[in-house]
Amino acid sequence: MRPAETLAPGFPDLSQLAVARPLHWRRWLAAAAILLVLAAIVRAFAYGQIEWSYVQRFLTAPAILTGIVNTVVMALLAMALGIVLGVAVAIMRLSPNPVLTSVAAFYAWLFRGTPLILQLLLWFNLALVFPTIGIPGLWSARAVDVMTPFLSALLGLGINQGAYTSEVIRAGILSVDAGQYEAAQAIGMGRLRALTRIVLPQAMRVVIPPLGNEFIGLVKATSLASVVQYPEVLHNAENIYYANSRVIELLIVAGLWYLAVVSILTPLQMLLERRFARGVMQIAK
Amino acid sequence: MTKPLVAIRSVSKSFGEFSALKQVSLDVWTGEVLCLIGASGSGKTTLLRCVNQLTAIDSGGIWLDGELLGVREKDGRLHRLAEREIARQRLKTGMVFQRFNLFPHKTALDNIIEGPVQVQRRAADEARSEAQELLRRVGLSAKADWYPAQLSGGQQQRVAIARALAMKPMLMLFDEPTSALDPELVGEVLAVMKELAQSGMTMMVVTHELGFAREVADRVVYMDHGAIVEQGSASEVLGAPREARTKAFLSAVI
Repeated sequence: MRPAETLAPGFPDLSQLAVARPLHWRRWLAAAAILLVLAAIVRAFAYGQIEWSYVQRFLTAPAILTGIVNTVVMALLAMALGIVLGVAVAIMRLSPNPVLTSVAAFYAWLFRGTPLILQLLLWFNLALVFPTIGIPGLWSARAVDVMTPFLSALLGLGINQGAYTSEVIRAGILSVDAGQYEAAQAIGMGRLRALTRIVLPQAMRVVIPPLGNEFIGLVKATSLASVVQYPEVLHNAENIYYANSRVIELLIVAGLWYLAVVSILTPLQMLLERRFARGVMQIAK
Repeated sequence: MTKPLVAIRSVSKSFGEFSALKQVSLDVWTGEVLCLIGASGSGKTTLLRCVNQLTAIDSGGIWLDGELLGVREKDGRLHRLAEREIARQRLKTGMVFQRFNLFPHKTALDNIIEGPVQVQRRAADEARSEAQELLRRVGLSAKADWYPAQLSGGQQQRVAIARALAMKPMLMLFDEPTSALDPELVGEVLAVMKELAQSGMTMMVVTHELGFAREVADRVVYMDHGAIVEQGSASEVLGAPREARTKAFLSAVI
């Protein structure tokens, strides 16, 4: 028998040889083809009937700037309302009380089942159903005065968002191990405290990426609020092109602003994700 | 005549068709270390979970420190207690889980002070210094600011024991505390439990560690098919079992 330390002959030492770079000519070909197509598209736009000077001029026009501020304000407020409603409805949906569960399910069914634009129009036209609204004996007002474009848009977008958010939050809560809830109970916590202190903070980690998605969707959905005369950026861009007929230029202006807002949101989402990944990402880092 | 700390009387519990506990009665005395052994599905974990009401019993009664758990007797009928009341009763017991169940988003120290500060409303400073003392007791002073994911299984379980002790319970419940651990980590957890037993803590321990039972238990209870088959001192039950089923179980385990 051969001693274990001696190696069999016929296998040369390759450790000194350099590794040759492969040519990858297929990759070069594919890249060239794509760049050619892109160049053709850019060229078409550059020579198309677009007055780029108008785009530049209206990008910072006062009406457009107010519009984008209104868009962002509405998106933030509607998302806040949506999250508050979403958390409440998700907790209701998971409660042992059958009435709360059914009401929560009905809410999600109703507001996810009808078009957002229809809901916005209903809120705006609420005065047709209830000419006056208020608390009997305390306060009342004409619905036409209360249901301003701002409030109609906020209620329409926020309540609709709440229906979607509740499902996202519910998925997050369900993703947390049941043992966490038991451990919280074992140190004397009730259902609600266990949810807010132990389960929800862990659910946040799972919930933020889809909520980021929802928020990006909402930023763009604010453009629907133009049907209730809310002066968001697309509404104002439309008003300008009704006057000067520069349709495409103003649509490009609005589009650039939407892209800018959404681009700012992505790093913000990453910051939030890092915040709620405490304890989990420590080792993966 | 003194009363037992835990009195379990004719407790039954079914999960659908499966009856996990059949008319189980048992006393646990203050300062006693009681080990529950038996095959999986024998009802030992269910019995433990019934004592701190993570599982609600179907019939019978459990008294802890003289107080009937989970229900109130009124006009000849039993009324279930409100969740708040049940949460208050749970404070008398500390539970250690098979899978540790530490809160992953909190450091070791924050895991320990969560109950004292949030539930018992104790001052954070006081709770923190007590938590440091508990961490020292389980040999983890250096890990106070570490997250559970950064700790080994044995370290996590020791933090979990400290978390349960922080509530100053009169009874500690251990549900297979070493079953999820790598073999080389079992010893450190058992050592902490042994120290706890020697300090006079009343303990109910569901375990497969017969060596631990032999060394630490004042009484060993063997369960099978939802009933107590045999009980006695460790040397009696583990050394010279009377029942055929106990003998069969022990010869299968060892």
